[in-house]
Amino acid sequence: MRELSLHILDVVENGITAGGNCIWIEIDEDRKTDHLKIVIRDNGHGMPLEKMKNINDPFITSRTTRRVGLGLSLLAAAAERCDGTVRVDSQPGKGTEVAATFRYGHIDRAPLGDIAATVTTLIIGNPGIDFVYSHRIDGKDFSLDTREIRSEMPDLSLSDPVVIHHLTETIRSALKTLMLDEGNFEP
Amino acid sequence: MAKLTIDDLKKIKEKTAKETSLRDGPASIKITVHMGTCGIAAGARDVMSALMEEMAEADRQDIRVVASGCMGMCSSEPNVTIESENSEPIVYQLMDSNKMRQVFKRHVLLGEVQSDFALAKM
Repeated sequence: MRELSLHILDVVENGITAGGNCIWIEIDEDRKTDHLKIVIRDNGHGMPLEKMKNINDPFITSRTTRRVGLGLSLLAAAAERCDGTVRVDSQPGKGTEVAATFRYGHIDRAPLGDIAATVTTLIIGNPGIDFVYSHRIDGKDFSLDTREIRSEMPDLSLSDPVVIHHLTETIRSALKTLMLDEGNFEP
Repeated sequence: MAKLTIDDLKKIKEKTAKETSLRDGPASIKITVHMGTCGIAAGARDVMSALMEEMAEADRQDIRVVASGCMGMCSSEPNVTIESENSEPIVYQLMDSNKMRQVFKRHVLLGEVQSDFALAKM
């Protein structure tokens, strides 16, 4: 995959398949320490220990439509090729957390890509699921919580494409501001 | 900490201008974008984004969009399935944003199946 945000989209879909009704996406970009961390957490039914052992083996999958499971293996490959790691923690009945780290400036690190489109695609494509998205760039945060949106603006429909379109633009411009905000950052 | 604030949401609400009625009514057309690993790698997110734009423009209350997983035909991804009330579901294959726009304008809005892009009837 050409963008890390596509890996995020993919791994989040895993969490939804695992029966979660709320997904947490945390991104931490720190250009000073040359570090990028992506954490995806769900409150689905989790995995037993024996499944965790071969979590990155593409030929072990619980799916039935084809015999290979690629999502996590691809993310692991993307992280490992730029001095990073992928860690998966899972507790049966509680959920799963996938944490991937990357060396920010590594030449092989894929760009994060259009994370705003990833988040809003998830929101509109999965109407029954809540998403908590927080993105930190050089110590400054942006966050969005669909549970709050639903409770505080009940007449704003998150399944309305017009709303989704403007939400995408809002996230994009917020992230752009964070990116440019860092006055004392020198690459 | 910057956050998506209520003010942002109010702005979004204003921009949508017209009354955004909650889409709880009956859906007569359901569009499924298949978003497994294979679909995403092949470009399903761009297909979904194009679909969103077309939906926003058409402003039809009876069209639902959902994301689903891989259906086992990875080599023909991105796949999009269109189910409408009065006809069999049609699966489209090898979609991109332009094909999605054409399928939306012609099949979804006018009912003309775009058989050039179709993979199968279900």
